[in-house]
Amino acid sequence: MSQSADWYIVSALVENKPGVLFRITNLFRARNFNIESITVGLTEQKDLSRMTITTKSDEKTLDQLVKQLRKLIDVVEVKVLDLDKAVYRELALIKMKAVDPTTRSEIMNYANIFRGNIIDIGKETITVEITGTPDKIDAFMNLVEQYGIAQLARTGVCALPRGVEL
Amino acid sequence: MVEMTGAKALIHALEKEGVDVVFGLPGGANLPIYDALVGANLRHVLVRHEQSAAHMADGYARIKRKSGVCFATSGPGATNIITGLATAHADSIPMVAVTGQVPLAMIGKDAFQETDIIGISNPCTKYAFQPRQAGEIPDNVKKAFYIAESGRPGPVLIDIPKDVQQATADMKFPDLIKVRGYNPIVDADLSEVGRAVELILKAERPIIMAGGGVILSGAFAELQTLAELLMIPIVTTFKGKGAFPENHPLAMGPIGMHGHPEANKIIIEADCIIAIGARFSDRSVGRFDEFGKGMSIIHMDIDPAEIGKNKSVDVAIVGDVKSSLRTLVKLLTKKVVKKEADNPWLKRRKELISYYTENLKDYPREITAKKSLKKLRELLPAAGIVTTEVGQCQMWASLHFDVISPGTFFSSTGLGTMGFGFPASIGAKAARPNVPVVDIAGDGSFNMTENSLAVSVLEKLPVIVFLMNNYMLGMVAQWQRTFYNRRYSGVHQHSCPDYVKVAEAYGAQGIRAQSMAELEKAIKTAIKSDVATVIDIPIDPDEDVYPFVAPGTGLKDMITGA
Repeated sequence: MSQSADWYIVSALVENKPGVLFRITNLFRARNFNIESITVGLTEQKDLSRMTITTKSDEKTLDQLVKQLRKLIDVVEVKVLDLDKAVYRELALIKMKAVDPTTRSEIMNYANIFRGNIIDIGKETITVEITGTPDKIDAFMNLVEQYGIAQLARTGVCALPRGVEL
Repeated sequence: MVEMTGAKALIHALEKEGVDVVFGLPGGANLPIYDALVGANLRHVLVRHEQSAAHMADGYARIKRKSGVCFATSGPGATNIITGLATAHADSIPMVAVTGQVPLAMIGKDAFQETDIIGISNPCTKYAFQPRQAGEIPDNVKKAFYIAESGRPGPVLIDIPKDVQQATADMKFPDLIKVRGYNPIVDADLSEVGRAVELILKAERPIIMAGGGVILSGAFAELQTLAELLMIPIVTTFKGKGAFPENHPLAMGPIGMHGHPEANKIIIEADCIIAIGARFSDRSVGRFDEFGKGMSIIHMDIDPAEIGKNKSVDVAIVGDVKSSLRTLVKLLTKKVVKKEADNPWLKRRKELISYYTENLKDYPREITAKKSLKKLRELLPAAGIVTTEVGQCQMWASLHFDVISPGTFFSSTGLGTMGFGFPASIGAKAARPNVPVVDIAGDGSFNMTENSLAVSVLEKLPVIVFLMNNYMLGMVAQWQRTFYNRRYSGVHQHSCPDYVKVAEAYGAQGIRAQSMAELEKAIKTAIKSDVATVIDIPIDPDEDVYPFVAPGTGLKDMITGA
């Protein structure tokens, strides 16, 4: 996954009403755009949602993606975020097999280092919550792969421009 | 505020938009709308298949340059208009389609004649509404027309659940409307126009490539002013055919797969292309990577997403091409040095035209596509409207039928919809009843919507079907001859049906023209006729369309004959 030179975050404000997500994802499919993640959620204005899209693409394709998005009637604003001037985070829930005490303490240790939280622990599994850039989550995944990842859920990236830029 | 039902509000809102005719077919889910039509101040044209309703609305829209309107019921009625919506979408035609839907509570229950038409129509509409309350209808209709007609035009769907049609509400009909996420650019950025001026003045062999956008915005006079100011050759795309009088001393006709040979030739010799309301489609430019190489390209279009989509350009002028052309002409007038009509670049134009006129031979038979279309041109008044079907007939029309009066030639150029031409011609006739309207047809395409003869006859919208009949799906047959070693597969239609009898069965006039003399007589009779006329013209099934730029090749690889 994630943050190479051809990796972009597109942030869009869209009408908060039924069918909007469908229109946008249908556009991506029809135009052959390759989307890595997409998140949608409420904003400070209750009739608008913010959609954050991450994509790996060349500049020409990105330009088309932005223009095609802008063409949609329900899309109010589209921006490609400058990664140096933006904050972005992803959340991941990682459930690992962990029966023996050594493994368990190792995982808890790693989770601590990554400022993760242990959010569930059972007889055979541990579930860790990690928040950060996609790279950070990738790094944690690399580290704990050896224990066997039973289940994984990543949210996709959520982002805002830094400071006063609106 | 007036209290009325949703259906009544729909009709009232349509009347307020100035709609004078709707094309449609009723069914269970739009009964309230049809009930509200009784006594309404608009004409309803009953079709025989909903696809044709959409094509008629399309033909009407192309003439009026405002939305055509069609009605269909839910389920199959709604899916039947999809081809018409996709056709309009591909050609950027304003249209408002109103479908009935099952009642709100039944949506999602797989009810009888329920279909998710909002979902199905998504890729082929500019937008779609589904009012959930009757009170939303006036607002939705106003927005639908605004979205359909402004910016880059396109079809908009309004899908109204039956109970929403029946419900009453206090209706407020807005005069002005805003759509937050939709702000089409009208006036171009002046600095971009300035850069275009520099490029044009620097160029030695500039050429205008006019597309469908010129016709959509009605920028005929502006285009002609620009061409005559610069005194440079002007080619069109196929969709732009008729954006400029084809008998004008600067005109060179359409480029493309079956473009005029001189047009395909001259555009690759140019050093600056002024593309106006054109989208560099594969059918027009051949290979994206090859077209325009080493030339400067100025791209004027209303749709920002067209800039750089198929072709990277040097200057992009985003805005309504009519307004952009005015600005461009204004800036150029101050700077341009008037060229002589016999400058080398225009001499080259003449040279190419006479070369191909001499060297491209027609087939030896008495009646050929070329000869019949030249005859039609000779007899049809300049203001006459021509639509085409799709296939060989369409490409022959492009090659051999010169459009004299701008904005009188229409074809399904983007989607390439067989069956489009005939219903579109009926829609055009409804929009402009006082001029003759001709559908240049082939047998394959005409078959698809020929039942619209009933509409033409009963609604007294007489059009002429100029049927070049080669008993074949001719374009497919031509490709099978060219690329599949004459292995014919699924192309023979034989002599079925007898089109003269078909016409007569509907109460129309059928004439078979087996000689040029008979053809001349038939055309004259048809132009004078007050019922629809089908002229059945036998064409040799082996007749091909040339020149031909094979798919995947560039304009320079044009084949001029077998």
